[in-house]
Amino acid sequence: MKKTTILSLSLIAFFCLLVFNQCKVADGKVTVDINAKPFEKLSEYHFFKGKLKDLLPNDKVLPYDLITALFTDYAHKSRFVWMPEGTAAAYTKDEVVDFPVGAVLIKNFYYPNDFRDESKGRKIYETRLLVKRKDNWDALTYVWNDEQSDAELSIVGDNKNVSCIDIHGEKMNLNYSVPNKNQCKNCHNLNNVQMPIGPKVRYLNKEFNFADGKKNQLEKWTEVGYLTGYKKEENIDNKIADAFDPTSGTLEVRAKSYLEVNCAHCHRKEGSANTTGLYLMLSDKNPESWGVMKSPVAAGRASGDNLYDIVPGKPDESILVYRMTENDPEIRMPELGRSVQHKEAVELIRQWITEMK
Amino acid sequence: MRKFILFSFILIAGIVFQGCNNEGKKAGDTAGFETDEKFQKEFQEKLILVEDGGTVEFHEGKFLFKKALSVEGKKNITIKGAGAGKTILSFLGQTEGAEGILATNCQNIIIENFTIQDAKGDNLKLKGCDGVTIRYMNSTWTTGADTSNGNYGYYPVECRNVLMEYSEVSYCADAGVYIGQSTNVTIHHCYAHHNVAGIEIENCINSDIYKNKAENNSGGILVFDLPKLFQGNGRNAKVWDNDCINNNFQNFGKPGSIVASIPPGSGMIIMATDSVDVFNNRITNNKTVGIACVSYFMTGKQLNDSTYGPYCNTISIHDNKFDRSGLSLKEKVPDLSTDLGKLLTATFKGALDIFVDGSADPKFRDKNGQLPEGKKICIQNNGEVKFGNLNAWKSKGREDIMDYKDNDMTKFNCTYTGINGNNLNPKDAK
Repeated sequence: MKKTTILSLSLIAFFCLLVFNQCKVADGKVTVDINAKPFEKLSEYHFFKGKLKDLLPNDKVLPYDLITALFTDYAHKSRFVWMPEGTAAAYTKDEVVDFPVGAVLIKNFYYPNDFRDESKGRKIYETRLLVKRKDNWDALTYVWNDEQSDAELSIVGDNKNVSCIDIHGEKMNLNYSVPNKNQCKNCHNLNNVQMPIGPKVRYLNKEFNFADGKKNQLEKWTEVGYLTGYKKEENIDNKIADAFDPTSGTLEVRAKSYLEVNCAHCHRKEGSANTTGLYLMLSDKNPESWGVMKSPVAAGRASGDNLYDIVPGKPDESILVYRMTENDPEIRMPELGRSVQHKEAVELIRQWITEMK
Repeated sequence: MRKFILFSFILIAGIVFQGCNNEGKKAGDTAGFETDEKFQKEFQEKLILVEDGGTVEFHEGKFLFKKALSVEGKKNITIKGAGAGKTILSFLGQTEGAEGILATNCQNIIIENFTIQDAKGDNLKLKGCDGVTIRYMNSTWTTGADTSNGNYGYYPVECRNVLMEYSEVSYCADAGVYIGQSTNVTIHHCYAHHNVAGIEIENCINSDIYKNKAENNSGGILVFDLPKLFQGNGRNAKVWDNDCINNNFQNFGKPGSIVASIPPGSGMIIMATDSVDVFNNRITNNKTVGIACVSYFMTGKQLNDSTYGPYCNTISIHDNKFDRSGLSLKEKVPDLSTDLGKLLTATFKGALDIFVDGSADPKFRDKNGQLPEGKKICIQNNGEVKFGNLNAWKSKGREDIMDYKDNDMTKFNCTYTGINGNNLNPKDAK
């Protein structure tokens, strides 16, 4: 009698497990519940099919890219967007498009083993999700395990030692920092509300190599039902320049495009650094608000004994260049996400200031 | 010629003696600190997960952190340690974030009972918070009096309703207690020593500063108003019953910073602020100047902010006690390491108890440089004092700034009633 009980109990347990597992594995649809607690593991959302580390997008998970991207210690990023069935973002000309409740932005941070040849493999360090809840965005960070089989939710962030070969064939070692939940808001902050930064029409307005061919991203979003109200003819020039493509704009426009993308999420009137009076939106036309012959307000030691943010013709006397060059946490800009110098960007800004009259 | 010889003597003596209180850079305190990253994560996790109304406790021990800790958007929370000196958070050599602890956009936050030290920038910074209490804390740099130390020991900025009490602060390369661009500020029973500036409010509105001790700083207590800031035109401060003692420490401020221009030996400085009542303070053994009341132009910096008032208006300095008898002869040499110190020493040939630059706001002054009722600087009942006035309103600039000085205090013989701080604290000392 006792034996049978144990046996039947085990059988029931086994059966339950089978059913449970089946539910979990067999149903591979993207699962996002904005009212539930976030999943502990990235895999549970089913944003990707096949092996998670291959980042093959599931149905309705759409990859995207930005014309000029935020620098994060040379990490590569692969971005995706997903929205619930039957919902779409509404077109907004200048700011981030108006996403529907339940929308998720997925950003994976990885380093190729060899920047010169990405077929030599890569290591993914973190995946950040921005999830649109009823009246706010939630930022979730998943840290990848060493086996690259899954990523786990982390609210306190982490540090990872990265070692790879850079674009010049040199060894690159750095300490990659995964932000904590509070740090997310430091940059993703518009009038004190947590917001995405990237998906603005003028950053997205470019062609992308989709699985089924090349297409302008905004047209693709419209085609798959992710964007309403977008009119191509009204947005032909509504785009920033690719900072590192000389065919994409004048030196000034490329330099300013870089600064907007990398600095203006804080350095704008609605951002965390509004106390400084330095506003770096491409649309700001006043040279002093751009830093030209502007005295710093609270830079302290970080001014490097220089008097102005930008001195035309003199990059070595410009605080802007100094703070982009230094890696000391009290001096460097941006404060977060940069522990090494973005050499190409420093070169670009130096050249712009050198030629400035 | 005689003047010149005397001045040269003071200059040489000054140079010889000035080196005496130099404390060099030290390595910083690392012995016995926990360095395991798990503590960083544990402390940060608590600060993120604490629910509104909750308490975060940092347990006893010494912890060395690589990154700044932060708390954002919480309501009615307390962050507490096991006691100053018992729970010690060190940020020596940190690689991320410029602060030790950063609190942003909180409502009613209490921070108490621990030591925080050696951050790259500010040890404790609060921005955009309403309802801040900081008490029973210690904030210091263990690296000695070094220019590369962090700026502020306690730094609430753009906050409202700030209470700072029973806390100690030392070795800041700028100001120990520094409250900036805030409204309704109280600082009492704090002890600030060996900083460039001991206690400073800057661009604040409605402040009470009382029963504090500022000792061995370059400047003891500062009430400043600076241009080009978000909250401009600081005003309404009451400063009473404080001890400003022996603030003769070398100025190790960062070159170019405002406080780097403070002459060592300054008890109290009121700069460019309107409506300040300074009374019943004990100003003891400050070698250069007891209480100075000056315009922004005394920093020697250029000004281009048309919305900013660079002058002091409506100031009352009364019933304070001045004493310099505790200084030895060689300690009595006023400061010669800063421009302002040199100017004072050269003009007045020795220390002053009360100094006004006499710049007199041109919006209000008459043809004799006198301010009207309600705007005047009043000085009364401070006992026997050595007083100096530069009458800077007559001066064209640096070249003739020494030419109009006098020692006539009778023009300042008036009283005020009705200068208010924040009206939150009992004026038991009057």
